[in-house]
Amino acid sequence: MAEYKQLLFEQMIKDFAENEVKPLAQEIDEEERFPIETVEKMGKLGIMGIIVPKQYGGAGGDYNMYIRAVEEISKACGTTGVILSAHMSLCVAPILEFGTEAQKAKYLPDLASGKKIGAFGLTEPNAGTDAGNQQTVAVEKDDHYLLNGNKIFITNAGYADTYVVIAVTGKAAKGPEMSAFIVEKGMEGFSFGKKEKKMGIRGSATCELIFENVKVPKENMLGQRGDGFKIAMKTLDGGRIGIAAQALGIAEGALDETIAYVKSRKQFSKSLSAFQNTQFVIADLATKVAAARALVYIATDAKQKKLPTLSVNAAQAKLFASETAMEVTTKAVQLHGGYGYTREYPIERMMRDAKITEIYEGTSEVQRMVISGALLRK
Amino acid sequence: MKIIVCIKQVPNTTEIKIDPVTNTLKRDGVPSIINPDDKSAIDVAIQLKEKHGAEVTVICMGPPQAENALREALAMGADNAYLLTDRAFAGSDTLATSTIVAAAIKKLGADVVLCGRQAIDGDTAQVGPQIAEHLGIPQITYAAAIDYNEERNSLIVKRQFEDRYQTLEVSGQCLVTVLSTLCKPRYMNVWDIVDQDSKEVGKITFADMDLDAKNIGLAGSPTKVQSTATKQFDKTIETLELDPEAAAKAIIDALSKRHLI
Repeated sequence: MAEYKQLLFEQMIKDFAENEVKPLAQEIDEEERFPIETVEKMGKLGIMGIIVPKQYGGAGGDYNMYIRAVEEISKACGTTGVILSAHMSLCVAPILEFGTEAQKAKYLPDLASGKKIGAFGLTEPNAGTDAGNQQTVAVEKDDHYLLNGNKIFITNAGYADTYVVIAVTGKAAKGPEMSAFIVEKGMEGFSFGKKEKKMGIRGSATCELIFENVKVPKENMLGQRGDGFKIAMKTLDGGRIGIAAQALGIAEGALDETIAYVKSRKQFSKSLSAFQNTQFVIADLATKVAAARALVYIATDAKQKKLPTLSVNAAQAKLFASETAMEVTTKAVQLHGGYGYTREYPIERMMRDAKITEIYEGTSEVQRMVISGALLRK
Repeated sequence: MKIIVCIKQVPNTTEIKIDPVTNTLKRDGVPSIINPDDKSAIDVAIQLKEKHGAEVTVICMGPPQAENALREALAMGADNAYLLTDRAFAGSDTLATSTIVAAAIKKLGADVVLCGRQAIDGDTAQVGPQIAEHLGIPQITYAAAIDYNEERNSLIVKRQFEDRYQTLEVSGQCLVTVLSTLCKPRYMNVWDIVDQDSKEVGKITFADMDLDAKNIGLAGSPTKVQSTATKQFDKTIETLELDPEAAAKAIIDALSKRHLI
C-alpha cells in the first residue's frame, strides 16, 4: 500500500511548491529575505520533520519523501530548497543518527514541527575543503566544555535555533581529536557575525558563528568524544544527496521554463522550438537531467537502505547533478537570449542559484576525491 | 458529532479536451481530482472536528480507482473513508446516485451530511438536495460559511445568493451543500499521508445496503441523453484604423449590436 503514500506525497509537495514557494521566489531573491513564513507553513504540514519518527513528533516518513521534497521545492526556488536541506540533512539527521535518547527527546520535536530550525557548523576561514584543519576548540571543564572559535558560511545561521558544531577537543594519534556538539542559540557567548552577500540563493541566511567562552553542557556532546570528524563526514554524505536534489530541482525548473519559452517566442516568423538548434539543445539538457535524477534516486535508495556504497553514490549524485544544473541553467539563459539575462524572467536567478551547488557541502573537486579515493584505495 | 462528507472524483477540467468526432470528454491521461466544492466540504468538516470535536467520514461512489480521492481526504485529516462501488451502480444518473449515497449514509449513520454544491463535470447541483430528500432531513444549499453552536447543538449556516446572504440555524440531522469559496482547502499533511497507509478504505457494495435494483444503475436512471454538441467558436478579426474617439464609438456600436452591452 506504500504506493499511496508516495503518490499522495508527490501530489501534495508539487501543489505546495507551485502555490506557496514559487510565488515568493523572485521577491526573496531581490530582497535577500529569509522566507520565514514558508518555513512555518512547511512546519505545519510536517515537511520539516518528514524523516523524524513519530515518537519524536515527526511524520515518520522516509528519506525518499524528504529528497523529493527538496527537489520539488528547489524547482520553484533554490533558496527554500537549501533551507530545508540544511535543516534536515545537517542537523535533524545527525541528531537522529548519533544522538542519545535524551538529546532526541529534547531537540527533535521542535525541529520536526518547524518551531525551530537546524544548522551545522563545520567550515572555518582556514578549514574549507581542508575540513580537518579545525581551529575552533572545546576544552573540558567541570560539567561543560568551553567553546571558542568561529565558523563561516553557515546556512540558516541566525534563524536556526539548534546547531551541530564540530570542534577540537584534544590530540589524537593522527592530528587533532574532534568532537561534535549541539549548541543552542541564546547560549551565553554565542553570537552571529556578518551576513554574506551572495551571488545566488540570496534568500537563505549565510552567516558567521562566533563562540566566545560558550559553556556547552557535557550532555550536549553528540556521539562519543573524538567522533567529530566521522560524524561530520557521515553527515555530509547525507547532505550531499540533499544538495544533489536541490541542483536537480533547479535544473528541472530551468528546463520547464525554457521549454515554455521556446514554444512561445517567435523569431524569423517561427517558434524558437522549430529550430533544430533549440531542439537538439533541449534534447541534450533533458537527457542530462534524467541521468542526474537517476543518480540522485540511487543515492537516496543507498541512504534509505544504509548501503556501504552511500558515500560514493552521494558524491556521484552531487557531482553530476550540480554540474548538470550549471550547464542546464547556462544554456537556458542562452536560449532565452537577452530576456534571459534580465530579472524579468526567473532563468538568470536559476543560473545564479545553480552555481553554489558545485561549491557547498564539498566542491565538485572534493566529490572527485571521494569517488576516486574509494575506487583507488582498494 | 458524526459528519459524513460526500465527494466525487472528477477529471481536472482545466486539462480536459473534447473529442470533436464523438463529442465526449477525452478522459485518457487527464488527472483526476476531488471535485473543488467537495474538497472545501472536507476541509470545513475537519475544521468542525478541530474546533468542536467530530468524527469525519468521507464517502465516494465510483470505480475502484476513486480510492485515490478517498485516500487524499484521509491525508487531509479525515478519520474514515468508504468507497461505494459495484457494477450494479454503473450508469447511474443523479437520481440513482443519490439513492445509493443516501442508502450508504443510512447504513453508516450521521448527524450532519456535507456535500459540495455541484461537480465540475456534470454541473447539475442535484445530488446533494436529492440525498436530503431520500433521507427526509432538512437541507441548506450554497453554504458560504458553517459554524457550530455547542450550547444549542446547532449549525449556523450562511447561504450565499447572488446579491445577499441568508443565515440559518439548524438543529438535528441535516444536509448542507458547500461552495468551493467557503475556504481554501488545506494541503494534505505528511503525518496523515503516512498514517493513511495503515488505514482501510471500506468498500460498500449493492449487497451491503438496503437497495432495490430497479432504483439504481441504468434501470433506475430516468435521465436520457439525446445528443451532445460542442459549441464552436468562430473567430473573425476586423481591423479599423480610427482616431481614439471614433474608435471608442465603433467598439461600443459593435458590442451593442451583438447585445453584449
